[in-house]
Amino acid sequence: MTPELGQLALILALMLALAQSILPLLGAWRGNRALMAVARPAASGQAVFVALAFAILVWAFLHFDFSVQYVADNSNLQLPWYYRIAAVWGAHEGSMLLWVLILNVWTVALALFSRQLPEVFLARVLSVLGIISVGFLCFILFTSNPFGRLLPMPADGADLNPVLQDPGMTFHPPVLYMGYVGFSVAFAFSIAALLGGSMEQAWVRWARPWTNAAWAFLSCGIVAGSWWAYAELGWGGWWFWDPVENASFMPWLVGVALIHAQAVTEKRGSLRAWTILLSLFAFSLSLLGTFLVRSGILTSVHAFASDPRRGTYILCFLAFVVGGSLLLYALRAPKVAGGKAFALISRESAILIGNLMFTVAAAMVLLGTLFPLLGDALNLGKISVGPPYFGLLFPLLMLPVVLLLPFGPYLRWGKSDVPALKQVLVRAGMAAAACAIIAAFFVEGQLKAIAGVACAVWVGVGVVLYIVKRWREMPRGRRYPAEMAGMLLAHFGVAIFLIGVLLSESLSVTRDVRMSPGQVAAVGGYEFRFDGVTQTTGPNWVAEQGVVTVTRKGAPIAVMHPQKRTYTHERVQTASAVDPGITRDLYVALGEPMDANHVEGAWALRLYTKPFIRWIWGGGLFMMLGGFVSAADRRFRVKRDAEATQTITTPVQESQA
Amino acid sequence: MSRLLPFFAFVLLAILLGFGIWWNSSHDPTAVPSPLINKPAPAFALPKLDDPAQTVSKESMLGKPYLVNVFASWCFACGEEHPVLMAEAKQLGIPVVGYDYKDEPADAKAWLAQHGNPYDIVITDQSGHTAIDFGVYGAPETFLIDGKGVVRYKRIGPLTPDVIAQQLMPAIAALQKEAP
Amino acid sequence: MGKVLRAWTLLALIAITGIAAAQAIDPLPFRDHAEELRFQHLTSELRCLVCQDEDLADSNADFARDLRHKVFELMQQGKSDAEIKQYLVDRYSDFVLYDPPVNTRTWLLWFGPLLILITGGVVVGYTIRKRSRVGTPVAPTDNGDDW
Repeated sequence: MTPELGQLALILALMLALAQSILPLLGAWRGNRALMAVARPAASGQAVFVALAFAILVWAFLHFDFSVQYVADNSNLQLPWYYRIAAVWGAHEGSMLLWVLILNVWTVALALFSRQLPEVFLARVLSVLGIISVGFLCFILFTSNPFGRLLPMPADGADLNPVLQDPGMTFHPPVLYMGYVGFSVAFAFSIAALLGGSMEQAWVRWARPWTNAAWAFLSCGIVAGSWWAYAELGWGGWWFWDPVENASFMPWLVGVALIHAQAVTEKRGSLRAWTILLSLFAFSLSLLGTFLVRSGILTSVHAFASDPRRGTYILCFLAFVVGGSLLLYALRAPKVAGGKAFALISRESAILIGNLMFTVAAAMVLLGTLFPLLGDALNLGKISVGPPYFGLLFPLLMLPVVLLLPFGPYLRWGKSDVPALKQVLVRAGMAAAACAIIAAFFVEGQLKAIAGVACAVWVGVGVVLYIVKRWREMPRGRRYPAEMAGMLLAHFGVAIFLIGVLLSESLSVTRDVRMSPGQVAAVGGYEFRFDGVTQTTGPNWVAEQGVVTVTRKGAPIAVMHPQKRTYTHERVQTASAVDPGITRDLYVALGEPMDANHVEGAWALRLYTKPFIRWIWGGGLFMMLGGFVSAADRRFRVKRDAEATQTITTPVQESQA
Repeated sequence: MSRLLPFFAFVLLAILLGFGIWWNSSHDPTAVPSPLINKPAPAFALPKLDDPAQTVSKESMLGKPYLVNVFASWCFACGEEHPVLMAEAKQLGIPVVGYDYKDEPADAKAWLAQHGNPYDIVITDQSGHTAIDFGVYGAPETFLIDGKGVVRYKRIGPLTPDVIAQQLMPAIAALQKEAP
Repeated sequence: MGKVLRAWTLLALIAITGIAAAQAIDPLPFRDHAEELRFQHLTSELRCLVCQDEDLADSNADFARDLRHKVFELMQQGKSDAEIKQYLVDRYSDFVLYDPPVNTRTWLLWFGPLLILITGGVVVGYTIRKRSRVGTPVAPTDNGDDW
């Protein structure tokens, strides 16, 4: 009976979502305050019912209710409780429910923390979010019901894909969705601004913290996903340019552009149409990612089981939301460029160039991801586009960004003086050159590693110089407003990330070796001794566990236990052993015994040393932190009374007149 | 006008995505067309399953068209394809060569004994080396080779009555028309 | 019809790949570390046709193993990377290359981003030019807060 309640809750949530999307919009149009006032309670009620449905699904997993098809497909009696909860979003139907739940979390948060927004504006924003929710609730109810029954009820279920039974995978989807869905807020703000015809700067200031937070969540989600791929897939890689990874990367790239464009629009009034367009793009790409993963039109490791009906539905929804919003943009976007004038050497110009590079990078990723499909469509034959393509073009596009980055904070709005910039150029440039020369002695002429050190020092020293300048010039308490601190953190994250990527890619050593117990293999200055294989068990798996003792010049470093696990239903999954370190990771994966009948004999192992790889995720976390710190700036939350109210309400009153 | 550009770009994208859904519902997205079509088949010399001392080579098969059907006892889809071959192989009008791919000869023999043998000859490629030359990447796959030793048609995945009627038979008919 | 076929193909693939999540650890007798590096680089740029989202280096499929060994064998025969790639392209088409060759079929892929960049660059240049002429650009009065 309970699962039917879940479905009922979803239907009720759909009704409320319909009310939330239609009534406030009508109210805003007719100037009816009663109708506008429906938005908040409808949003809260919807959130309650969606949360109830989600809770019921969790409950069904916790209580092994295999009469629910989705539960039977994705869990079994041996699966530990924490992975049974993670299994809720382990496959298509439940992850869609999580998507809607998170949309509701954002909507409720917005309803709570938006007291300073004008009534009409908020009504429009909530109603746009309601429309998105209607689309996804219909999608769940009509094509992907997680509460469908399986009768007769099986005694035991199948299994959650062992690949997903990992802590990284437990957190990755919810956090990633927080980011994806979070862009819906900036999207809704833009649509509301377009509908209202008000192109003043105030709405951008309200949108900024939400955009920053969404982007920070997205960064965190991507880092978690990358970490999971590294630790769990056992290939030692951290990014594969797989279509599904690209689907999350495109909104991230556009998000970077959007964050900066919003700053320009808010502070200087320039780039207003562009900022609106970018917010439409960011959320549209999130929706596109959802479509790509679930329609099955691209082959991918991560893709959910595909169903053309679902693909068709999402495509129609995508056409409605994205097509509709872009049409609205064409009709209502500001025709005349506004804002203050700026010179060639100014912060506006630099941000504009950065925006261009990030947008082109996103377009390049989109083109590469969809090109195989284009190949089918234009009868060009089957074409693969993989890491070599993205790995060549992406750094080329990002190089100007890295080169411009240290100047960012020094550049003044409007017009900048050149001498201050020359000083940065000289100092950061000399530091970068000096470090590159020192690095050259350590990395045996690996150009990529030297370039990595140079770029990272260039960016890092640029950031540090600015921190010092503020410290010297400003009185206490006014040195680092949250917005600026966030920017400095995120930019410093770029430096850390650059070290991680370029050093680990150029200096990593990988060896596949055949090892008998007692045998030693030397990799990257470490000695790995294989001490045989033992049996071990976990909650729902048995494993062969290798023992590998690592020493460096005889001194003990670590004892590592790579496993080869067999889960229920004979599904095998490797669990690599990682010995983490700030300057290097040691990484061991267990392969097959050379002779299946002699597990006590020789085994195939893959040994890696990966210098500085941790800095990749460290850099990502700095960027995430930067996003959150910026979002927390009090300036965004304080109502700038007269200015804000006036700019928004005036045009509305005009349109009513 | 320039304000409409993003909208038009999206319309193109939506058309492409719509095409993707349609295309994937009527095509196998994992099938990779062979570059060998209309090129000479690779040279091969493989032992017969029932008499390993005898080998069958490309040269020995020259002169008239024949079909090479890649199968294996471990291959699940081959079991699905097998009844179709049993029913229709003899009506094709050309010899059908069974190509036992990466399989133990004993397993293959048992499998054919159990399910019946639709093939005129069965050759074995236990190592799978020759299969690489043919561009085989799974089973079942089927090649139509003409009398001059040129690959004319390839099917990836199981043969079904529909595929035989709509693709294979016309290809064979075309060969026999040009033969005399 | 298509759906049924696809399901079967998928089953066939599962039959071939067996344990997809387990990994491809495949020690080969390399002459030296340079050769091993070359092998790792080459196989990471080739696509496994069975498990289509994996490269040859990381795929555990039996088929990928065969092709890896073939690549190794060709390396031992002194073939260059280009020759080895051509060998596989002749048999499996351009689809095996993760690094699509630049030709008439892929010029949009390779030069599309450049076209977008140039177009965008022109628009950005035009915008900056226009905006620097609408008035006299001035920096805000410097009290340090409006950074």
